[in-house]
Amino acid sequence: MTDNNSLLEPPLVKIRNLSFSRGAHKIFDGINLDIQRGKVTAIMGPSGTGKTTLLRLIGGQLHPDAGTVEVDGQSVPKLGHSKLYQLRKRMGMLFQNGALLTDINVFDNVAFPLREHTRLSPRLIRTLVLMKLEAVGLRGARDLMPSELSGGMSRRVALARAVVMDPMIMMYDEPFTGQDPISMGVLVRLIRSLNDALGLSSIIVSHDIQETAAIADYIYLLSGGKVVAEGTTEDLYASESEWAQQFLQGEPDGPVPFHYPARDFTEDMLDLPAGGAN
Amino acid sequence: MLTMLQGLGRTALDFFQRLGRGHLLLLQILSGSHTLLPRFGLVIKQVFSVGVLSLLIILVSGLFVGMVLGLQGYNTLVDFGAEESLGVVVSLSLVRELGPVVSALLFAGRAGSALTAEIGLMKATEQLSAMEMMAVDPVRRVLAPRFWAGVISMPLLAAIFSAVGVIGGYFVGVGLLGVDDGAYWSQMQANVDLYKDILNGVIKSFVFGIVVTWIAIFEGNDAVPTSEGVSRATTRTVVHSSLAVLGLDFILTALMFGS
Ligand SMILES: Nc1ncnc2c1ncn2[C@@H]1O[C@H](COP(=O)(O)OP(=O)(O)O)[C@@H](O)[C@H]1O
Ligand SMILES: [Mg+2]
Repeated sequence: MTDNNSLLEPPLVKIRNLSFSRGAHKIFDGINLDIQRGKVTAIMGPSGTGKTTLLRLIGGQLHPDAGTVEVDGQSVPKLGHSKLYQLRKRMGMLFQNGALLTDINVFDNVAFPLREHTRLSPRLIRTLVLMKLEAVGLRGARDLMPSELSGGMSRRVALARAVVMDPMIMMYDEPFTGQDPISMGVLVRLIRSLNDALGLSSIIVSHDIQETAAIADYIYLLSGGKVVAEGTTEDLYASESEWAQQFLQGEPDGPVPFHYPARDFTEDMLDLPAGGAN
Repeated sequence: MLTMLQGLGRTALDFFQRLGRGHLLLLQILSGSHTLLPRFGLVIKQVFSVGVLSLLIILVSGLFVGMVLGLQGYNTLVDFGAEESLGVVVSLSLVRELGPVVSALLFAGRAGSALTAEIGLMKATEQLSAMEMMAVDPVRRVLAPRFWAGVISMPLLAAIFSAVGVIGGYFVGVGLLGVDDGAYWSQMQANVDLYKDILNGVIKSFVFGIVVTWIAIFEGNDAVPTSEGVSRATTRTVVHSSLAVLGLDFILTALMFGS
């Protein structure tokens, strides 16, 4: 373990004993997480473990059943409408598919938060938007509609839009999924350089080990509603944890079972009546 | 038997939950609407896509409905030698009933379904979620302008429908069947009451506007965020709002013209 938890500065995001369920399905069962300022923190785990759900809890779109979520010292679930919206102005989130507004072009998409929240002159908005588009390499695509963009381009436009208000924290939901190797490389570099150049703190939610491990300062591994391993990349590769080993090596079976819970295979094939039909 | 009861119970629970969510959403829309005043342009823009784009179907249908009324009315009235009253028959049918009701049904099919599909797709593609995370409240930015646009457009569309219908009846009655030109208009003027007929018709279409737009927006916002979910929601909008319009029309008519 590193001295991650003993840094003097309080963490930007502090999650304690967080529990959250969807119906009978318990997605989080008392997890603890810290997101340190200025760092890139990765949250990894198999699909369906609740990575997206975690980001929504941090952003206040969902409410925990128990436990606390604090962002910059404020308890997110306790905030009223206007306080929550004030806080969100300082958060950026990159959605899995970009989530660009489909009825306006690239330029207007990036300008959207500025026009909604500020009274800047059109001239200044133009300058700011073009700067952000330049940073993601898409200044030339400003007049295209979202439907004319490739997946990788959409994600970069969404990235420009997410940082246009200069947030203190950026959350990336599976930024690498479904990207070709080139745009993957572009995104990896962008996330790291934005984090360092703008003094952000970043959370990457992902199951792409190589790319994420390459830029993360600290990694949490989630599975079955719990944090099963945490540490720096080196820590995890060196760790004894079966969870970490299975996940990092991509082994099909291990502590994370390959099979969805089911009754015994032989029994099922012979269709012995074991506690019900089907 | 037990499963049937269970199913019935679940359906009822589901119904009341949706009813509750629908009212909650309406409350949120109404309480967030003050933010629209300084940004009335947002509503105007939606009046265009909700109202102006429904204009063609309203004009064409209004014209045909008026022409049919002229033809049917004439055939009935001529038996009593009362074809001079054709203007009254056409205009009263339109202003009191057919204008508000038929235009609301057309509005549900044209604008209501489009609203549901648009909002449902915005939800399915996470655009609404993204707005929330950009600290832009989608209820205020997306839903409220569309709601008010529907409420403003509906009475105007109904009025246009009735006006065009009166002209349609005039074409057929006066133009083709030879009813006296002056009698058509003067009888209409003398027998259509501003409050009893026209105002009540406007109230009806105002109520229909609220209900149809509300249902359309709720269905879109409440849609299961998949393409199948959105298409189901769109169908539900048309079915539910058409039924609501017809049911409410009976209640309103009974209240207005009952005694
Ligand atoms: N709107 C929802 N309603 C019900 N269950 C949901 C909903 N969204 C996600 N889930 C469930 O919550 C679990 C976690 O989902 P998610 O956070 O999207 O996982 P991940 O992003 O890690 O793949 C999944 O099992 C999923 O089926
Ligand atoms: Mg996810």
